[in-house]
Amino acid sequence: MGRAPSPFATKIPYEKKDLKIVGSNPTDRGDAVDKVTGRARYAADITLPGQLIGRVLRSPHARANILSIDMSAAEALPGVKSVVTCDDFPDMAVEHAASGELMVNFRDVTRNMMARENVLYDGHPVAAVAATSDAIARAALKLIKVEYEVLPHVIDVVEAMQPDAPVLHDDQFTKGVEPKPEKPSNIAARLESKLGDIEKGFAEAEIIIEREFNTKPVHQGYIEPQASVANYTEGGLAEVWTGTQGHFVFRAQIAKLLQMDMSKVKVVPAELGGGFGGKNNVYLEPLAIMLSKKGKRPVKMVMDRDEVFRATGPTSGTNVKVKMGCTKDGRITAAQAELNYQSGAYAGSSLPLATITVFTRYDLENVSVVGHDVTTNRPKVAAYRAPGAPMVAFGVETVIDEMARECGMDPIDFRLKNAAKEGTQTHFGPKLGPIGYIQTLERAQANAHMKEKLGPNQGRGVATGFWFTLGAETSATVNIGEDGTATLIFGTVDVTGGSRSAFAMIVAEELGIPFEKVRTMSGDTSALGFNFMTAGSRGTAAGSMAAVTATRKAIARMCEIAARKWEVETDEVVWEDGHARPAGANVGDFAPMSVAELAKEASWFGGTIAGHAEINVAQGGPGFGTHVVDVEVDRRTGAVKVLRYTLVQDAGKAIYPEFIEGQFQGGAVQGIGTALNEEYIYNDKGVLENAGFLDYRIPVASDVPFINTEIVEVPNPDHPYGVRGIGEVPIIPPLPAIANAIFDAVGVRMRDHPMSPPKVLKALKDQMIADASSQGTAAE
Amino acid sequence: MAKQYVTTTVNGDLTELLCDSTQTLLDVLRDELGMTGTKEGCGTGDCGACSVTLDGVLVCSCLVLGIEANGKSVETIEGMAKGEELHPLQQKFIDHIALQCGICTPGLLIAARSLLEENSDPTESEIRYWLAGNLCRCTGYHKIVEAVQAAAIEMRGN
Repeated sequence: MGRAPSPFATKIPYEKKDLKIVGSNPTDRGDAVDKVTGRARYAADITLPGQLIGRVLRSPHARANILSIDMSAAEALPGVKSVVTCDDFPDMAVEHAASGELMVNFRDVTRNMMARENVLYDGHPVAAVAATSDAIARAALKLIKVEYEVLPHVIDVVEAMQPDAPVLHDDQFTKGVEPKPEKPSNIAARLESKLGDIEKGFAEAEIIIEREFNTKPVHQGYIEPQASVANYTEGGLAEVWTGTQGHFVFRAQIAKLLQMDMSKVKVVPAELGGGFGGKNNVYLEPLAIMLSKKGKRPVKMVMDRDEVFRATGPTSGTNVKVKMGCTKDGRITAAQAELNYQSGAYAGSSLPLATITVFTRYDLENVSVVGHDVTTNRPKVAAYRAPGAPMVAFGVETVIDEMARECGMDPIDFRLKNAAKEGTQTHFGPKLGPIGYIQTLERAQANAHMKEKLGPNQGRGVATGFWFTLGAETSATVNIGEDGTATLIFGTVDVTGGSRSAFAMIVAEELGIPFEKVRTMSGDTSALGFNFMTAGSRGTAAGSMAAVTATRKAIARMCEIAARKWEVETDEVVWEDGHARPAGANVGDFAPMSVAELAKEASWFGGTIAGHAEINVAQGGPGFGTHVVDVEVDRRTGAVKVLRYTLVQDAGKAIYPEFIEGQFQGGAVQGIGTALNEEYIYNDKGVLENAGFLDYRIPVASDVPFINTEIVEVPNPDHPYGVRGIGEVPIIPPLPAIANAIFDAVGVRMRDHPMSPPKVLKALKDQMIADASSQGTAAE
Repeated sequence: MAKQYVTTTVNGDLTELLCDSTQTLLDVLRDELGMTGTKEGCGTGDCGACSVTLDGVLVCSCLVLGIEANGKSVETIEGMAKGEELHPLQQKFIDHIALQCGICTPGLLIAARSLLEENSDPTESEIRYWLAGNLCRCTGYHKIVEAVQAAAIEMRGN
């Protein structure tokens, strides 16, 4: 998960207690009124006095050397105030840093935000301008003269791995191979993860199934295009308002890329219009700052939708081979996978995550996973909700469905027989703690969904998913107002509105004051210590640990105030039910003091009440989920309709249950989109052909049914309220669950993603031809 | 090119403005009038985030020119609540958690209001097909459909 977990990370033991607020569903969450009235301020809504509009010129070629760039005509256009190319940014050496769940390399980050010696994908930024209007900026782009030497390109992952494939980087030698290869290749790295003896495992197997799967890249599809507003002042200070999942990480990257002191860069996270991992990377921010610096005015940059598709995200396209063996009574004896993952133009896909998550739902003795990270002429991939996991689950959960059928077992019984549980040794290292996987399977099995009758061409599929809960640096401040109300300043980006409400509930619970008396506000990079990104399902889980820590410090401060007033020792005061109270009858007969009463006395007894947290939250509390889907296949068109959908997931503890349902439903529908429609389509020149929502079709309301949800609660032992991350698991099972349902409906196995009408229709026709020829053979 | 003089009514207020003949109604609302409640998700009429009504007709404001609003009445999200009192759809969207990131919410609310003006008692299917032009990537639409159903019941008064 990016970085190794720190041995000094914070764990706060789970305490079972009666809860008044946590676990309820407040109807007055802090962000909602502004969002339904149009007042919420997203980055594109911010306008600074005198601001210019910045725009990016992008490569029309999949791969080319840049021979020359002539900005003179663009620069001379009246209204153009500044232009930038790679010459305005220092080159960077190889240096890796965590940026969400994926790692970045600054040598590549600077090239990805502005091409240097070459362009490596359709949409690669080549130059940028800032002008007094959007129209002038667009006109200026047309005046930039770029001389390209177009080179052969490669889009497909398997083709890119071939020895004769065009090689994107002549200094890229496959890592993880001994001895170091003599020739450069598109295979940036080879990874392995092993447990037990795979040969022995296959020798013990009575049933062995080996299959190959292919998936296309899909985009995060957030509705808000990337947007940034930057202001660089003559004093050498930069301020940026931007849509980001991690403003502190962005500040660090901006400072590095522009060689500024971090203290001189302030990043303000605007309300975020969706991210799903796609807003973990800087694209516009350094360009906007540099255009502002050179143009001496603020600069706003907003991507068009086609730029979002061509140059941000997507996830990896993959080629996955899965081979698994089991006994006839359904015990898995061996599990093997080869994972070939596109990273796009620069190395570094979600492969490391895929490699360690591929089989981590099962209690296995013999595992072997090999993965390749492969550069291709596509945009550099970004994280997308459980990055890398849906594609491997497609393979593994489909093969498991086949094995269960071969064994004559119910697919959930088969999984129960092999399910991971507390103490299961994972193939990537740690043993699992208490987890709720088995409960999700059992609850799914018992769900009324399972009793619904299926008609002709209808089928039911099951699949499961697993994801981590990332910890990492998290900071927060609780300020108690003089009137006894509380303000929490949090530093993890709240991507949906759910976190800030959950934080408020927890602060209110800890303090013993009503939910309405707590306000939560996002702190910019100048307000708090460093916070890692909202990634790895950590936003609410880690953010609430910081909120608890800060609140408990404020409570300690309040106990100190009471002690001073009562003239007793601080340890003779306890906090119970929203009041400071004497610890026992021997302390004295003092009336308990409420937060409001203590706040009133605070000035005299030492000053303002506040609490701070600057912690590194321990990684932990993995989440598991089981999905059941019913589909109907239209044999004439190949269209697959989702009829019914049920999702059961372990949330550890649901702080705000209805919001968690919303996350489950949203993740499942994103997964349905991945399964049935979404894919990047390139032409033979390596140009993206569907860079818009008309041709890249994400699910609409009429495509999906209601998504039934059940929350399982197996507390995370290292979180004071038992919380697990919940955001990512829901997107993992839909792809294989739907593939399994299609098989159940019409008897064809779909192994090429997406399972769009043309592909399903072709599979049905191939099946008819195969059936006809086998009948012909039988008749002879 | 000289700017065009446009008089229009926005949320009941008579509004005069100058705009380029190439500017969309969305650009005019956001950039000329500072009404940023209407969002741009695609600029090509595919996502519905910029939904407004023009003389009562639901449109994507990115597909309408600003000068087409001349002499017409535009209703945007900023006009939906009456003072502090939210429209029933706005309240039900909050109650049912029909919004997460919120970028699609203004467009969805405008579109849902149009639906309920045409059909006060829509079926689930009618709601889903009416809102099919409004993309939401966060919610999976479940709670949006529930919120519209709940608002319809309240607005019918039964």
